[in-house]
Amino acid sequence: MANKVVAQLIVQEITPLAADHFLMRFHSDTGLLPVDAGNFAQLATGDPPAVFLRRPFSIFDADTALSMITFYIKVVGKGTAQLTGQKPGTRLTGLYPLGNSFTIPTNARNALIIAGGSGVAPFLLLSRKLKKQGTHVTFLIGAKNREELVLTDVFQEYGDVETSTEDGSEGFKGLVTEHPILSRKGQLFDQVYSCGPVPMMKAVSRWALKNDIPCELSLENTMACGYGVCLSCVTGTTEGNRCVCTEGPVFNHKLLTWQT
Amino acid sequence: MADLSVQIKNLVFRNPVTLASGTCGFGEEMTPFINPDLLGGLFVKGLTIRNREGNPYPRMAETASGMLNAIGLQNKGVDYFIQDILPRIRHYQTHIIPNINGSTVKEYIQVAEKLADLDRIPAIELNISCPNVKAGGMEFGITCPSAFAVTEAIRKVYPKVLIVKLSPNVTHITEIAKAVEDAGADAVSLINTLLGMAINADTRKPVLSTVTGGLSGPAIKPVALRMVWQVYRSVGIPVIGIGGIMNALDAIEFMLAGASVVQVGTASFIDPTVSLKVIQGIEDYLNIHHISRLRDLTGGLITD
Repeated sequence: MANKVVAQLIVQEITPLAADHFLMRFHSDTGLLPVDAGNFAQLATGDPPAVFLRRPFSIFDADTALSMITFYIKVVGKGTAQLTGQKPGTRLTGLYPLGNSFTIPTNARNALIIAGGSGVAPFLLLSRKLKKQGTHVTFLIGAKNREELVLTDVFQEYGDVETSTEDGSEGFKGLVTEHPILSRKGQLFDQVYSCGPVPMMKAVSRWALKNDIPCELSLENTMACGYGVCLSCVTGTTEGNRCVCTEGPVFNHKLLTWQT
Repeated sequence: MADLSVQIKNLVFRNPVTLASGTCGFGEEMTPFINPDLLGGLFVKGLTIRNREGNPYPRMAETASGMLNAIGLQNKGVDYFIQDILPRIRHYQTHIIPNINGSTVKEYIQVAEKLADLDRIPAIELNISCPNVKAGGMEFGITCPSAFAVTEAIRKVYPKVLIVKLSPNVTHITEIAKAVEDAGADAVSLINTLLGMAINADTRKPVLSTVTGGLSGPAIKPVALRMVWQVYRSVGIPVIGIGGIMNALDAIEFMLAGASVVQVGTASFIDPTVSLKVIQGIEDYLNIHHISRLRDLTGGLITD
């Protein structure tokens, strides 16, 4: 089995993106293990933590040479509030790299990445890889409003960015899954990736099925361990219950029975 | 160097620190983090006669100083364990002890029989205390006659070391412990999780799909210590202490209360390397207190 560690991570920089949305960069003084696009980490939210269990976060960016690892963190409760309130220099522990990674077909010409809200988190590492192998990437990023539509400038470096907001304050007004590009250019894409709220991913899955495009979804479930022993984070698949932490978080959408 | 070895019947553990069933998979999941050979033993994930999908999601709720689970014994069945998993883990230089479960006494017997002749399996843990299954499980562990009956039935077909895992969800755990001792158990392990529940006030719904689940973690340690102490004074067989052990001092406390062996459980979810820290910490404790043999500590609580 691939190596995983309980690492000491030093808070380096916390960048607010919007109210309750942050990028949090850590440094490791013992070096960083290689991470893959789609992997996640289980972070202690403080020392001592305000909550009993660690919290899982997609790895937004990682630089092995510089021993830096970055997470996109949205504050949803006590744990994430404590975590994003840490000061630079604070040492926290993190289990990583956890989970599987996105499949990157070498013959993919046009990839579509559909993200809702903080669902953009796993896609920087992925789009970097796609761009490197010459796959054209289109990002379809949706949010509640203009303020929560974040990091679009970062993704512009890796492909075309289309946006939607529920209140119409930027881009297409409506749900990301109603964006006209899906009906207009749908046939162009030969690979789809998505991460975001479950109803959004269900709609993406239906659209991908209808258009017969391979589709991978990155799921988020409540977990205790993050490495496959507690069996808490299961999702229903055509092959039975599977752990999101070890057999995911990335799943081929056709495997999912969406019981959760 | 202090002697950390402990013994249950003829089975010698190199140290008293083992991993609890349901918190260490089959050991393989731990190997990216730790070398299982350093442990006293591995109580691997609960097995049933057939594949079980377990309960629907959500199966876990975080609570104050602990968590509730309602996994429901998800496993691929004892045959899959023997054919597919055991060949991959049999080289571990530590005791591999399966935790066995059934809906009926007959199912328990079937599982035990399949494990009885395997050379790498020196013991089984008879789980009569799982709170998360509809049939069997805890039902067997909450009355003396049923605990006695299932233990006696397994004793007849299982000649090696038989450990019975007890439920704390009873009025007098000492009575259950005595019943399984009378039925031929070689040791008891306790406690399994405490039955509990969590509610989301906003939605007015239970957090777990099964409404109730089993509470584990440091929240249950005082209850577990009390029960280990009571059982230690009531039976003549060794006691394996379980319940909220997060560090070496917690483990030492269980030994003082009467445990010969301990199981580290929920703590591994947060730190998969914690069991090795517990071993190191026990060694440090023995050195600081000039104790040469760990087993002299068992039951060493000073109450006068």
